[in-house]
Amino acid sequence: MYDLSVITTWIHDLLSSFMPQWLTVTTECVLIGVGLLLVYAVLALFYIYFERKVCAAFQCRLGPNRVGPFGVLQSVADMFKILIKELITLNHTDKFLFALAPFLVIIASMLAFAVLPWGNGIQVIDFNIGIFFLIAVSSIGVLGILLAGWSSNNKFTLIGALRSGAQMVSYELSIGLSVLTMVAFAGTMSVSGLVEAQHDVWFIFSGHIPAIIAFIIYIIAGTAETNRGPFDLPEAESELTAGYHTEYSGIHFGFFYLAEYLNLFIVSGVAALLFFGGWMPLHIPGWESFNVVMDYIPSVIWFLIKAVALSFVIIWFKWTFPRLRIDQLLSLEWKYLLPINLCNLVLMVLIIVKGWHF
Amino acid sequence: MANIQETIAKQFAEAAFTEGDQLLVNIPDAKWHDLARFLKETPELSFDYLVAIVGMDWTDEFGCIYYLTSTKYNTHISVRVATADRENPMLHSVTDLWAVAGIYEREVYDFFGIVFIGNPDMRRLFLRNDWVGFPFRKDYDTDPEVNPVRLDHEAVEDTTVTYVEDETGKVVKKDVTIFEPDDFVVNIGPQHPATHGVLRLRTAVDGETIKKIDLYLGYIHRGIEKLCEGLGYPQTLHFTDRLDYLSAMNNRHCLCLCIEKALGLEVPRRAQVIRVMMDELMRISSHLLFIGTFCMDLGATTMLFYALRERETILDILEKTCGARMTFNYNCIGGVIADLDENFVADVKKFIEIMPKAIKEYNKIFTGNVIAHNRMDGVGVLSKEDAVSYGVTGPSGRASGWACDTRKTNPYGIYSELEFDEIVRTEGDSMARYKVRIAEIEQSVRILEQLVDNIPDGEICAKVPKIVKLPEGHWFQQVETARGAFGVFIESKGGTSPTRMKFNSPGFCLAGAIDHLTRGAKIADLITIGGSLDYVVPDIDR
Repeated sequence: MYDLSVITTWIHDLLSSFMPQWLTVTTECVLIGVGLLLVYAVLALFYIYFERKVCAAFQCRLGPNRVGPFGVLQSVADMFKILIKELITLNHTDKFLFALAPFLVIIASMLAFAVLPWGNGIQVIDFNIGIFFLIAVSSIGVLGILLAGWSSNNKFTLIGALRSGAQMVSYELSIGLSVLTMVAFAGTMSVSGLVEAQHDVWFIFSGHIPAIIAFIIYIIAGTAETNRGPFDLPEAESELTAGYHTEYSGIHFGFFYLAEYLNLFIVSGVAALLFFGGWMPLHIPGWESFNVVMDYIPSVIWFLIKAVALSFVIIWFKWTFPRLRIDQLLSLEWKYLLPINLCNLVLMVLIIVKGWHF
Repeated sequence: MANIQETIAKQFAEAAFTEGDQLLVNIPDAKWHDLARFLKETPELSFDYLVAIVGMDWTDEFGCIYYLTSTKYNTHISVRVATADRENPMLHSVTDLWAVAGIYEREVYDFFGIVFIGNPDMRRLFLRNDWVGFPFRKDYDTDPEVNPVRLDHEAVEDTTVTYVEDETGKVVKKDVTIFEPDDFVVNIGPQHPATHGVLRLRTAVDGETIKKIDLYLGYIHRGIEKLCEGLGYPQTLHFTDRLDYLSAMNNRHCLCLCIEKALGLEVPRRAQVIRVMMDELMRISSHLLFIGTFCMDLGATTMLFYALRERETILDILEKTCGARMTFNYNCIGGVIADLDENFVADVKKFIEIMPKAIKEYNKIFTGNVIAHNRMDGVGVLSKEDAVSYGVTGPSGRASGWACDTRKTNPYGIYSELEFDEIVRTEGDSMARYKVRIAEIEQSVRILEQLVDNIPDGEICAKVPKIVKLPEGHWFQQVETARGAFGVFIESKGGTSPTRMKFNSPGFCLAGAIDHLTRGAKIADLITIGGSLDYVVPDIDR
């Protein structure tokens, strides 16, 4: 496994060789910020293209195929279009909150990016409550959605926002509890610690039945958290036109759109971290040569492949299932997922205490 | 029929009878409500289904012709009620007996200005509230100065008026509140993804629960019936393709049948077979589009493409013969306008092969899905009595247990010779409406199978005079479209154009039942219910 922290340390040493310490830190922050933004934008473009192609395949269509080879430049063209679109200002809206809402949504997903385990040694912040931080910041997003719905002064957006509030708050519980199950299993909240703990076997294999249950619940709740079908009630097209972002135009709408795809990436990234070893290559105890071969594949590639594969599953949900109704959505969470999750946590603790895991 | 006449004559001495294609009862307005109650509630008559109310202006008097059917005995009767008062024409409402009368009477009021005493909601239905005059009156001023194209907003009112009789028999006007001032009213439509056209539902909600829906129609009202009065009979045909554009063939078949009935024309066998095959192809394509759009309304977007894939084959078949994929202009008076394409038989055979497999696929991907069941089971339950009272025919009516297929009850064309089952379910919910349509596709395929190898040779169109003149009289004809019983009424005074032509569309009744079906449901259920009723707005607005 090539440790990419060699590069980051080299950059740090280079900068501090001719700069005072405060300037080094500032420069590094700027560099990381630019880097993250770049990854953010590129990932969003990739995801838009990816979803359109996948959904086209499910629907017996070709998908984008005009701009560039196989239509790969389609999302770039779309981004350009959305950038030059007019920002329509509305009367009778709360102007400040209206403008603030898309940024809150996007900031939430940006912050979550900071703790994702991108590769061996290239994590922006790695502190002992990493996963806790991730859950905390990803909850800011719902605030943006609520504000968007409220400030638009439109009944459809208001209903969309209220649905979103109810949905996000409920499913946050499931996410939190299934994450907690895995944290209990790993014994650490630090992201790098979680990855290291999966050096020999990924948690989904070593964690026995509770890990699999936690994974299933996590992926359901994660789909709900990202407001994607079959849980896309806040923006249910056939009911509420576009839900909370009905009144947004141009790049403000684009922010919501981007955030939705990036949240998809974050949810699948965290699933990869908790259950599939983050950037950790696939290791099978006893198969030494196989493990060495796997180690040759760069860790960044491992992480991205896992995240995209899990996103594929979530996209698959969206293009297969019909949408739930709000009361069914809430009863699924409170009557089924939550009790199962609590029992699962107890089961996991039992397994850890008795040492029944692999 | 004589029996019915005797029963009525015994009770109502004032009633006068005329024989036509149906028995016509003439009754003065004062006795009309009593007669209506008698017709509906007498066990040996039980005319429980109000098929149509045709508003009429006979120049000396205004009035209506009511078409009634007994679902129990499959008997038909029509009633003529008239008033000589041209200044303030008033008739008694029958809303309390047949729920569908509420919306029918509003239509008559809108067109003729006849006020119905006792109807709870006497607003205009299609036209704007500031419209001057009543367009279907023969003395209506068509000058564009009187009714210019208005560009200002139409004020939305939360009240309506009703006319009631007090003890002395005097008619008083009363205000009725539709929405309370503190109701949270969401305006769904006219531009909304799930209303399937420009239909507007003002919806009072309490949280996510629907309290009441007020229906606004007329956004694509084109006055087709009025236009027909100025055109020759062959010219009126093309309008039917533009009513319910998803049952274009069936609609046109109906108007042709009605005109042929009036002319006493015998349609060649080949044309009859072609007409039925086209009708069934049309029905399948309409049901396929229903499956697609309904599933899309529920959020299962992928199903739309699966259903459209099969629908495309039908449109290709129709295109080869008719040259069009939408407004076909295919049926004509006396037969069909062009012969079949040479590949027609081969194409239909190929289609018959792929359809059963496709239905299996739909069932696999959607019908058995647990979310789909949660969304549709028990949502928007319509009892059989309500279905009859609201005049909800077609697959929606049959899902409620009402065997109302016109192809079986009053066969037309060659349907009486064909073997197919009438699909009736008893649940009455959205799932039943969906399943009825899936099963009807299978039955339509069965009809096609029987006919595809048995298309006789011969003429495709009977000899029709150059100028079509209908004799004096009136005729009513119904066919089964993909949405239900579609009726055509023609009144002629012997000229080349009708004095009154009325299209009685199934979608109109479906829209009228929305408020009843959605009370207490969730907003998401409104979409499910609206989708499962499968109305088409041009059909409602005409």
